[in-house]
Amino acid sequence: MCSLEKRGNLFILILTGQNGEHRLNPNLFSSIISALSRAKAQPTRGSALVTVSHGKFFCNGFDLDWVNAAGSDEETQQRFNLLLDYLKQLVLAFISLPMPTIAAVNGHAAAGGIVLALCHDYVLMRRHRSVLYMIDLDLGIKIPEPFMALFRAKISGSARRDLLLRGLKIKGEEALKMGIVEAVYDGEEEVTNAGIKMADDLAKRNWHGEVYAEIRKGLYSELCDILGIASIPIATPKL
Amino acid sequence: MCTLEKRGNLFILTFTGEDQHRFNPNVIGSLLSLLSQVKAEATRGSALITQAQGKFFSNGFDLDWAQAAGSEQGAAERLHHMVDLFKPVIAALLSLPMPTVAAITGHAAAVGFVLALSHDYLIMRKDRGVLYMSEVDIALTIPDYFNALFREKIGDASVRRDFLLRGLKMKGDEAEKRGVVEAAYGGEAEVKQASVHLAENLGKRKWHGEVYAEIRKGLYPQLSAILGLTHKAYTIARL
Repeated sequence: MCSLEKRGNLFILILTGQNGEHRLNPNLFSSIISALSRAKAQPTRGSALVTVSHGKFFCNGFDLDWVNAAGSDEETQQRFNLLLDYLKQLVLAFISLPMPTIAAVNGHAAAGGIVLALCHDYVLMRRHRSVLYMIDLDLGIKIPEPFMALFRAKISGSARRDLLLRGLKIKGEEALKMGIVEAVYDGEEEVTNAGIKMADDLAKRNWHGEVYAEIRKGLYSELCDILGIASIPIATPKL
Repeated sequence: MCTLEKRGNLFILTFTGEDQHRFNPNVIGSLLSLLSQVKAEATRGSALITQAQGKFFSNGFDLDWAQAAGSEQGAAERLHHMVDLFKPVIAALLSLPMPTVAAITGHAAAVGFVLALSHDYLIMRKDRGVLYMSEVDIALTIPDYFNALFREKIGDASVRRDFLLRGLKMKGDEAEKRGVVEAAYGGEAEVKQASVHLAENLGKRKWHGEVYAEIRKGLYPQLSAILGLTHKAYTIARL
């Protein structure tokens, strides 16, 4: 499912499990959300979190096998809605996390997997053997508002249209040019290490965790409005 | 503190002295008064240049004055007070019936950067000076109108994130490349010259000041709303 490792001031969230595609189902969702709670509960000044995965996939989206294994059409829809709900909770948990966050995208990411990546403040990606694919359009699935708000918050200009409306399989260099990712690296090990190094560099800024989270919420205020959370002003300056 | 001079059609607002040009209630009052004067004396063909002497454009609010309150609570209140007091300055710039240019010859940080960003055009030095939102580094959250200004003036989500969530100190080259400033030049004299040149060229268009201001407000509706500025529809028969 996932594990949370602490290395000095860094939290490393690792997507594990035999499910090579790291598909999002209730177990994995609960596991990630619980890990984020644990990270949040510890002192957070000068912390950072990096999410890593291994193998061909970063995260290939919702576990549609689990959804379709439901007994009836009604239950299938219910299962799907449950996953949407979990995804919303995931976005909420990341947006409120009192530390900088980095996603090291080692492999393919689709739909919910892209949402997971974009929940992070910074996204690093593998140059080759890794595509971002918003498969929703090709599958005939609408993208609900909270996730649209996330895309609007994080991606600008024609890149947003190209990601959502064009069914493109976006490789590393392209994702970099489009401003979706911060940097690209040549292998799984390189991108993972880069993620850890970036987390370390950001952690060294020694930011006040709570203030960091509030600034993040202010930065993504439209998304927060849609998720129903407010940001609080804090003025305990290091004068 | 600040002076206003008229050079032909140009209004030149200067932050004088070699200090950090920080804003406290007195300076803010002064600035507001000068901007009122500019508005009162505006004619078709007018333009404003805001510039500064020394190493700094402006390094933000007068935190020493805030701290002189004697307590953490008192400091926070004084800071909050200055944040409130500065709103009319931004409102005045947003409603100014003429094109505005910020000649950034030194560092512009926090509200100093916000002030620069409130101008229609930013020209900066390549060799010295940075744009910097220091709030994350001193554990202060971002006021709502600062957030709105960034959202509406800076189209690139990554740039907004880099300023507000990363406390990036951006030099002229990068600022020009990433579309934060219009142009960056090799030295103080060049910046001043380019600013005058730009302001004069804009002035030559002899735009109807009120209409110019209304169009500007229409470009920044969220910011205008937060600042309590209303939008008037204008029709002028000069077709």
